[in-house]
Amino acid sequence: MALLEVENLHVSVEDEDIEILKGVDLTINEGEVHAIMGPNGSGKSTLAAVLAGREEYVVTDGSIRYKGEDLLELEAEERAEEGVFLAFQYPVELPGVSMTNFLREAVNSVREARGEEELGAADFLKLVRERAKLVDLDPDLVKRSVNQGFSGGEKKRNEIFQLAMLEPTLAVLDETDSGLDIDALRTVSDGVNKLRSAERAFLLITHYQRLLDYIEPDHVHVMVNGRIAESGDKDLAIRLEEEGYERFQREPAAA
Amino acid sequence: MSTTTLDTSAQPIDRFVSAFQVNHGQALNGTNASVAKRREAAIQRFQELGVPTRKQEAWKYTDIASVLDRPYTLPLGPNEADVSARDLDPYLIDDLDAHVLVLVNGRPDHSLSQLDALPEEVTVTSLKDAGTHPAFKAHYGEYADAEDEVLTALNTAFVQDGAFIHVPEGTELEQPILLLHVNAAQDDLLMQPRHLFVVEADAKARVIGRQLSLTDARTFTNTVTEMFVGERGYLDHYVIQEEDDNASQVLSRFGYHEGDSVLSTDTFTFSGEVVRNNMTLTPDGPNCETNLYGLVIGHGSMHVDNNTLVDHVHADCVSNELYKHVLNDQSTVVFNGKVFVHRDSQRIDAYQSNDSLVLNNDAQIYTKPELEIYADDVVCSHGATAGQLDEEGLFYLRSRGLSQERARILMMKAFAQDVIDVIEVEPLKALIEDRVQDRLRTFAS
Ligand SMILES: Nc1ncnc2c1ncn2[C@@H]1O[C@H](COP(=O)(O)OP(=O)(O)O)[C@@H](O)[C@H]1O
Ligand SMILES: [Mg+2]
Repeated sequence: MALLEVENLHVSVEDEDIEILKGVDLTINEGEVHAIMGPNGSGKSTLAAVLAGREEYVVTDGSIRYKGEDLLELEAEERAEEGVFLAFQYPVELPGVSMTNFLREAVNSVREARGEEELGAADFLKLVRERAKLVDLDPDLVKRSVNQGFSGGEKKRNEIFQLAMLEPTLAVLDETDSGLDIDALRTVSDGVNKLRSAERAFLLITHYQRLLDYIEPDHVHVMVNGRIAESGDKDLAIRLEEEGYERFQREPAAA
Repeated sequence: MSTTTLDTSAQPIDRFVSAFQVNHGQALNGTNASVAKRREAAIQRFQELGVPTRKQEAWKYTDIASVLDRPYTLPLGPNEADVSARDLDPYLIDDLDAHVLVLVNGRPDHSLSQLDALPEEVTVTSLKDAGTHPAFKAHYGEYADAEDEVLTALNTAFVQDGAFIHVPEGTELEQPILLLHVNAAQDDLLMQPRHLFVVEADAKARVIGRQLSLTDARTFTNTVTEMFVGERGYLDHYVIQEEDDNASQVLSRFGYHEGDSVLSTDTFTFSGEVVRNNMTLTPDGPNCETNLYGLVIGHGSMHVDNNTLVDHVHADCVSNELYKHVLNDQSTVVFNGKVFVHRDSQRIDAYQSNDSLVLNNDAQIYTKPELEIYADDVVCSHGATAGQLDEEGLFYLRSRGLSQERARILMMKAFAQDVIDVIEVEPLKALIEDRVQDRLRTFAS
């Protein structure tokens, strides 16, 4: 059984008549790394948001099965408990929400769902230090409000740090590479690579092929205009980098 | 108890005036000379000014006339209320080592109070007994505006008792003073307590007022508090308003402070029927710091009206004002913040902002910042926001495993956090955190 099976997924925005995803098919097995590339506005973030349970998107047709169950039946927090994690393209700043308190609550709610025991304050802090090191995140940032006053790069690291803390089964990274300089990109990629395991699958959404130089994907998909236009191995990413997306964008008109 | 029942067949103004005349010379004379000598002029002013109507700009959103126009009893003698130390136990603040003065229906009850640890030179007593204190004579009635503020005039005419605090020059009081204000009458009472806090030069004090109801009777409390802080002095005044839904009040605070001093007020409103807070703070000397913070957690049909004035009569001062409102159900919040910078008051930094989180379509917020600036070398800013919980933020938290309810609580709490963080008394901060959490939990579910 595949970890994630997206079939003929059609998604619209609540209150609006625009269809954003127009029949997406995608299968991810345990431990695999998939990359989705595609031009701006093609629906990549929408797919990520729908996987994470964002309610403003309405699934009008198709299905998503996760670990064999209907993922769409679950609330966002239940998905997190089941091991779905989304690293946001634009992490939200939450002034006044303490990073430590929030993260401890998040970690413990996910642990409880997995039948693990709650982490006490000391163990939690130990884990924070250990996992912060993984992405070279200043552990003092954890003492602040969530993402408040973080630089663009710090926000992205903070997402991967939280991923490391929550130990998901399916991690969706939405353009984690954008806004990172080359050193930060290498650090974050190293962190992700260390988090790769036989049980953990990744869906990397990216604009640029360069991320895939560091995190080698098993499969690469091209999303254009709300559909997966082509799938292949990592060579597809290299070809896209050279040729651009025009080839795909012309197709619907010709069809 | 000597009481006077207001004659509701008469117009509200006449009702108070005749109650004044009937009791004048007796119940109203027993207090002390400084108090007594101001009564006549005050009732006169009350009569001239009349009960505020909503036609007056300052009372546009708060219908105080209909709150006043109820068949209250005026308590004009000692308490007969039956309050025991055990009743008050839950309201002493956990882990707070404080000097406690308990006021039952506006009058200090020394048998319930704990003032043994008070340094000898510091006075915390009832206003009634303070008449001969030089500081009382020097400051009573000097700051409260009984000339133009009709409820202050009414209070000045009828005042019976209240708290008097004096911290002499150079004394830094380590433990805060907790004033526990308890409503505990069988009858519907109209109480008019009057407090005076005098913190002399180089002295320091923290005063916490906590208002509670232990009665189902309807109450209206018309309080006037005067505060004086001398040069280089420091006074932090916290007020926690958690009377029941059958209690209304007008709390008028007048604070005057001299050069290089700090006067801070922090007002937390959790419940009450109609709550009007008038605040007039006057920094009258160079390098004063004046702080006004407030948090309203509105629920049910609560109506809270914060009306503030920072009167910059002197140059080279800083004032900070920040009010936060969380409104649920059909609650209403009014915020009217005025900053007045006089012509010669140069180099003033005055900041004001008020932010509202509106959780329900039936809740209402009216805000009006008013800056009147007549000096040219000043930095003033003001801002007002009103909005709902950020969906994006809620989703972020939920996507990490927090329930909808927990996410909402964290976000609401975060909204209120900066007015909680200014609390310098840790046990008080813990109490406020708890009270806020408890209330927000009911909003989130
Ligand atoms: N909440 C929304 N409301 C309206 N339009 C939306 C919303 N979210 C996405 N869209 C539109 O859907 C399309 C796909 O957006 P998105 O998924 O963010 O693309 P990508 O991540 O591939 O750049 C865009 O045209 C975008 O404007
Ligand atoms: Mg995107």
